Amino acid sequence: MPLLDRNGTKIDAWTRSEGPAIGNLSQALVPWEALAEALPQKTRDQRIGVIVPNTVRIAELKLVLRQLSLVAVAFPAYSDGRGFSLAKHIRNHGFTGTLRASGPLIADQFAYALSCGFDEIELPDTLAARQPVEQWLKARDLISHGYQRGYGDSRNILDQRRAARAADQVRAS
Amino acid sequence: MYRYDEFDERFVRERVGQFRDQVARRLDGSLTEDEFKPLRLKNGVYLQLHAYMLRIAIPYGTLSSRQLRQLALIGERYDRGYGHFTTRQNLQFNWPKLRDIPAILDLLADVEMHGIQTSGNCIRNVTADHFAGVAQDEIEDPRPTAELIRQWSSLHPEFSYLPRKFKIAVTGAEHDRAVIKAHDIGLRLRRHPDTGAVGYEISVGGGLGRTPMIGKVVRDHLPKGDLLAYLEAIMRVYNLEGRRDNKYKARVKILVHEIGAEEFTRRVEEEFARLDGPSVNADPAEVERIAAYFAPPAYETLPETSRTLDAMKAANPAFARWAEVNTAPHKAPGYTALTISLKPLGQAPGDATSDQMRLVADIADEFSHSEIRVTHAQNLVLPYVRQRDLFAIWQRLGEAGLASANVGLITDIIACPGLDYCALATARSIPIAQAIQQRFADAAREAEIGALNIKISGCINACGHHHVGHIGILGLEKRGIESYQITLGGDATENAAIGEILGPGLPAEEVPDAIERIVGVYLAQRVEGESFIDTVRRIGLAPFKSAFQEAAHAVA
Repeated sequence: MPLLDRNGTKIDAWTRSEGPAIGNLSQALVPWEALAEALPQKTRDQRIGVIVPNTVRIAELKLVLRQLSLVAVAFPAYSDGRGFSLAKHIRNHGFTGTLRASGPLIADQFAYALSCGFDEIELPDTLAARQPVEQWLKARDLISHGYQRGYGDSRNILDQRRAARAADQVRAS
Repeated sequence: MYRYDEFDERFVRERVGQFRDQVARRLDGSLTEDEFKPLRLKNGVYLQLHAYMLRIAIPYGTLSSRQLRQLALIGERYDRGYGHFTTRQNLQFNWPKLRDIPAILDLLADVEMHGIQTSGNCIRNVTADHFAGVAQDEIEDPRPTAELIRQWSSLHPEFSYLPRKFKIAVTGAEHDRAVIKAHDIGLRLRRHPDTGAVGYEISVGGGLGRTPMIGKVVRDHLPKGDLLAYLEAIMRVYNLEGRRDNKYKARVKILVHEIGAEEFTRRVEEEFARLDGPSVNADPAEVERIAAYFAPPAYETLPETSRTLDAMKAANPAFARWAEVNTAPHKAPGYTALTISLKPLGQAPGDATSDQMRLVADIADEFSHSEIRVTHAQNLVLPYVRQRDLFAIWQRLGEAGLASANVGLITDIIACPGLDYCALATARSIPIAQAIQQRFADAAREAEIGALNIKISGCINACGHHHVGHIGILGLEKRGIESYQITLGGDATENAAIGEILGPGLPAEEVPDAIERIVGVYLAQRVEGESFIDTVRRIGLAPFKSAFQEAAHAVA
């Protein structure tokens, strides 16, 4: 399935495994249900990622975050926004690995997904064909800055105003 | 009032550009109709029964005369020469063409307005007390808070695909004129009983619709500086936990009801405690920057009451009645907050023609520091009127049919657009309002009845707030026939209450008679100086029920 990040399309280096058996895959992406069984098999050279439903409890997920290199949050539909809050939870719990949104998101949600802490989006083929990557990159930049602090944009409007006030004060003194 | 800075200006212009791009991608097939729908809704564009509808945000109901003139222009150029003020202090145009909407949005952006988040499953336009800044019972002006929330909630990356719509209201007064207990979040500015510091009392889970609920207090006193972090915590709990399996159970009120207010509060507090407040909250200088825009105008030093006004009232009883009924006490001596009724006899409640909008704008320029408010009761307010100017204003309003002396009385009816416009409606609302107005058209009798709120909704979604009307009327459809259910004892104020159903639904033509009987019980039972709602509270529903059932029986 097509994958893109803030710079455009990218190759998916991860291999999905249906169950807990990860063999000698260098980057294995396992379902949430299989994770507990898969983790003990991991060798030092292997990396493990997990696909979680957007209903997963952060209280459970946080226990394994340190062992994961990638968390893919499933979006069952573009209209189901739980994944955005789950991403914030995952980042707020200190996860620094790759965060992936997986499902039929639309280009108009790209900027939101990035702001909430996602690094990349994995799209169904039909959707990627209908909304090619150029549309995603264009949609990403249509609103240059939002008002919210704490969503990854250090040039959000409130902080730009604060910086302008500080500059005024320096000038005045 | 608030003015856009370069950032606000660019943000709104970019949103217009984004919508143009979204329309283009819908037309070339990149977006399916299903994908486009929430995008247009989040810009206020609805598909209605006969045409598209555009809902324009009037944040916390505050308008400048320049903005009102622009709305008049849009109404004339792109609609049928009028607009409809709503119970969310917004303005709706009922007949714009889809292809004209980007141009309308440009015209709105020219006067610092937009349609952002007036619909869709997101945080909607924030509402506030329409007497903000001038009410005598005010602890602190709610508008800086409302403006901060407007900005914070606009295109929020995390909270734009919620389970359902989300409405926030703010009041800073003792008396609640913003119906905060019927909102998903209601904020009340209050003084801490011990420290005297101003903070927020926060209620969550109020709402009307098919499952009416009164909001529960989750925080007695939140320090002002923590507002955005606390809102983020509430929204995150709701976004993750709110039901998505059934749209009728998706509002936060259902979550609060199902897990209980205590458990909901516990989850919010847990999330709030984990948030890094300083990285989320607006810094105090930003809050001050916003608040500075709401500084009171330079009031003249005037005596408490105007002798000119007294003389005019003595000479002209019709004016005297209007001046008594349509004005509210003001912070500044010699001033008043004047409500202009948009409920003249026989008109659709809340409608104003472009000419009327221009007239109100002119009067606001001359007499009210160029500012106008929209009330949730679908009227307009001139907030800074010198008492001595009332007579001149009354004369000019009268020429345009805007001098109805009925604010807060039985003919000041709240009604949704109903089946005449709305795709969701199951029954008509406007004609019912008009029929009741006709029945109680006699001014002396109306004055005798006194304060009485009738609220009418044309479907279970309750846009007409019928649950919190002293008398509520809900239009339903049964086997192809409109049927009106009547409730009694609702209250939209700090004594918030949901009305109780009186009996079986009535056909449209019987509604005025039923109201007449209810009013008759009140007039017979009231004690000296007792208002309708107070009588209902004192004597209970039973006497009204039996009178109502006699009427229903007579019909059957």
